[in-house]
Amino acid sequence: MSKYKMHLLVCGGTGCHSSESYRLYETLRDQVEKRGLERDVQVILTGCFGFCEKGAILKVMPDNTFYTQVKPSDAEEILDEHIIKGRRVHRLLYTNPETEEHVPDSKQMDFYRKQLRIALRNCGAVDPENIDESIARDAYQALGKALTEYTPAETVDLIKRSGLRGRGGAGFPTGLKWEIAARNGADQKYVVCNADEGDPGAFMDRSILEGDPHSVLEAMAICGYCTGASKGLVYIRAEYPLAIKRLKIAIGQAREYGLLGEHILGTDFSFDVTLRYGAGAFVCGEETALIHSMEGKRGEPSNKPPFPAQSGYLGKPSNVNNVETFANIPVIILKGAEWFSAIGTGRSKGTKVFALAGKINNVGLIEVPMGITLREIIYEIGGGIKNGKKFKAVQTGGPSGGCLTEKHLDTPIDYESLTAAGSMMGSGGMIVLDEDDCMVSVAKFYLGFIVEESCGKCAPCRIGNKRLHEALTRITEGKGEADDIDRLRNLGTVIKDTSLCGLGQTSPNPVLSTLDNFMDEYREHVHDRKCRSGQCRGLLFYVISKDDCIGCMACRRVCPTHAISGEKKGVHVIDQHICIKCGACMEKCQFDAISLRNDYPRATAAAAVQEESSTHS
Amino acid sequence: MNGIKTLADLKRKQEEVMSRMGQRNRGENPESLVQVKVAMATCGIASGAKEVMEYFMDELDRKEIDAVVTQTGCMGYCFAEPTVEITLPGREAIVFGYVDIRKAGEIIERYIGEGELLDGIIPQNYNTI
Ligand SMILES: Cc1cc2nc3c(=O)[nH]c(=O)nc-3n(C[C@H](O)[C@H](O)[C@H](O)COP(=O)(O)O)c2cc1C
Ligand code: SF4
Ligand code: SF4
Ligand code: SF4
Ligand code: FES
Repeated sequence: MSKYKMHLLVCGGTGCHSSESYRLYETLRDQVEKRGLERDVQVILTGCFGFCEKGAILKVMPDNTFYTQVKPSDAEEILDEHIIKGRRVHRLLYTNPETEEHVPDSKQMDFYRKQLRIALRNCGAVDPENIDESIARDAYQALGKALTEYTPAETVDLIKRSGLRGRGGAGFPTGLKWEIAARNGADQKYVVCNADEGDPGAFMDRSILEGDPHSVLEAMAICGYCTGASKGLVYIRAEYPLAIKRLKIAIGQAREYGLLGEHILGTDFSFDVTLRYGAGAFVCGEETALIHSMEGKRGEPSNKPPFPAQSGYLGKPSNVNNVETFANIPVIILKGAEWFSAIGTGRSKGTKVFALAGKINNVGLIEVPMGITLREIIYEIGGGIKNGKKFKAVQTGGPSGGCLTEKHLDTPIDYESLTAAGSMMGSGGMIVLDEDDCMVSVAKFYLGFIVEESCGKCAPCRIGNKRLHEALTRITEGKGEADDIDRLRNLGTVIKDTSLCGLGQTSPNPVLSTLDNFMDEYREHVHDRKCRSGQCRGLLFYVISKDDCIGCMACRRVCPTHAISGEKKGVHVIDQHICIKCGACMEKCQFDAISLRNDYPRATAAAAVQEESSTHS
Repeated sequence: MNGIKTLADLKRKQEEVMSRMGQRNRGENPESLVQVKVAMATCGIASGAKEVMEYFMDELDRKEIDAVVTQTGCMGYCFAEPTVEITLPGREAIVFGYVDIRKAGEIIERYIGEGELLDGIIPQNYNTI
């Protein structure tokens, strides 16, 4: 059999898919065939490289060339120049945002240099629709090793010693969870993979399932061996069609090879996996709600205990783990507990995948060792803040998390330090905010999400969060009342303490953590009627400059509410009580005399807003 | 192969696939492996130096030496084409000129295998930027 000399790895992740990567793939294949190179050059579709914003991505191996924003029309040049003549196509290489130089080799990209890819090890390296490629990279070897060399108890012990903790949010020790599930006797047990991934902006689990489904299937089988379960269920949201398709193909191929099914690898162990679809509700990621949803009941949480390990799916002991948690398992078994526990910090071992987003140069999916600092993530991997703006905060943990600020830039990131800072690891959303972001609005955004997603089963979460959201809305509209800030804090604390499930218990975090870190901004909104970032439209005022107005009267004529007064050739004035902020005057003024300002004399602004709210409410 | 019935079957399958896509996986950690760069300014893998490249891949595989074999554009030593740059782990790169199959065999046997310096090394200008 001939060996491939070059490999063209076209990103087949969801992000690049929308940048026409499928057409690029087809064009490259056609061009390779046209030149009779199909025995020398292999073209495949892989999972996500994590660099989705600059898609479509094409990586050439073995020379590690990383092309970004590749279009199908570039295929011919890449073949003629790079593949045939060995000359890289410079205009398509990744450009370093700081030096503006082309980076020929992905190993030299800051984005990848500080990363450590364990859970994402195969994403972007294999064709996820071809099990052979995964097998070449050790898929199912860990299962084989566990089945032939270790007892279930020894395997559990290995996972315990590795220090792996759940990546789905709460960070529960995985080995311990398996041990508990193993201990509970039953005629049938289940292994459940939580692929609900409901945090806004999160896509790490989707990327793993799209790029390396076998690592998750293999780990579920290992978990089945450890806990005594013969059935695995993947709970995945129907909004992930590509991940579902790849999982189905992977399950089919694994069954065909006998790596799932009866008597796996000639042993007595049997295990099979099926899919369950969710409708995409955030609360269904909570494990008890998830189980109810799989049973065909309403996706509402229930009290714990009983924990799923005692009474889960159909009342049977069920072990629920997150996608990323599972993806770590095979490597830990192959490389050993000591190898894994050497990575990370005291009680947080290994790596974490984050979806890095917001005001940062390199938006994308990253995997970093625990204990890395925010500074390294933002300024090295992330390439710094966009447009040279000033860093303000990082939101982690999505709607259950909070903000880290400048004073946390050098804190090593792990489960404990994030919690101590009033945030949490969560499932891995990481949104970078700059000076143009309003922290009150950020809190409002997450509370809005919570109000939509609360299942409504318990009053503190259903009603309390609605009140929080209303208060935040008032404040951002410039109608905040003097005691609103205290109200937010008191109510938030009560909701945390009295809600039934994790959703409600963490939902006030975005408010509480911004109150802790950005009290100044809340105060300014409420007392000074000012939003320093200019994001809150309710706190912006159209103002005519005395010096620039020549009194042409044009603005006065277009104002729909007759808010503008002034004599011909005299300075005009806007009555803030009447102005509805439509902007027509500013558009009309040819002398740039009207501007939208957030620093309008405070007393006047406060009075105007006060009066308006009292007349309208 | 139909089913994978034992761990040995799985290992066999792995080796079979690896032999085809080995270059891709090894390319991830080139520093720790023998790196061979074959310069092919005009001809390309469709002809010419392709045989030399193929020879390197096959021979190194046969000898079970993990290597990354890549092609590059003109290295600036056109007079001595085909040229081949060899980087052993932890060593400076060395460029050989006029590499045909016979010479390639010698390079593998003596330089890569034994670390012995041979004729045909093109002195490099290390001051290049
Ligand atoms: C509101 C809410 C949403 C959750 N969403 C997810 C999710 O999308 N994915 C996930 O793996 N875990 C989610 N969890 C955590 C699960 O309840 C559970 O702890 C986790 O799946 C256990 O797996 P792990 O130990 O591997 O992290 C959520 C929890 C809550 C309270
Ligand atoms: S806390 Fe919220 S999501 Fe959880 S059970 Fe109560 S209402 Fe439902
Ligand atoms: S349009 Fe401009 S210049 Fe004319 S009156 Fe209005 S503010 Fe003054
Ligand atoms: S913004 Fe609209 S309502 Fe306000 S003064 Fe200008 S034209 Fe009138
Ligand atoms: S989808 Fe292509 S890099 Fe993420």
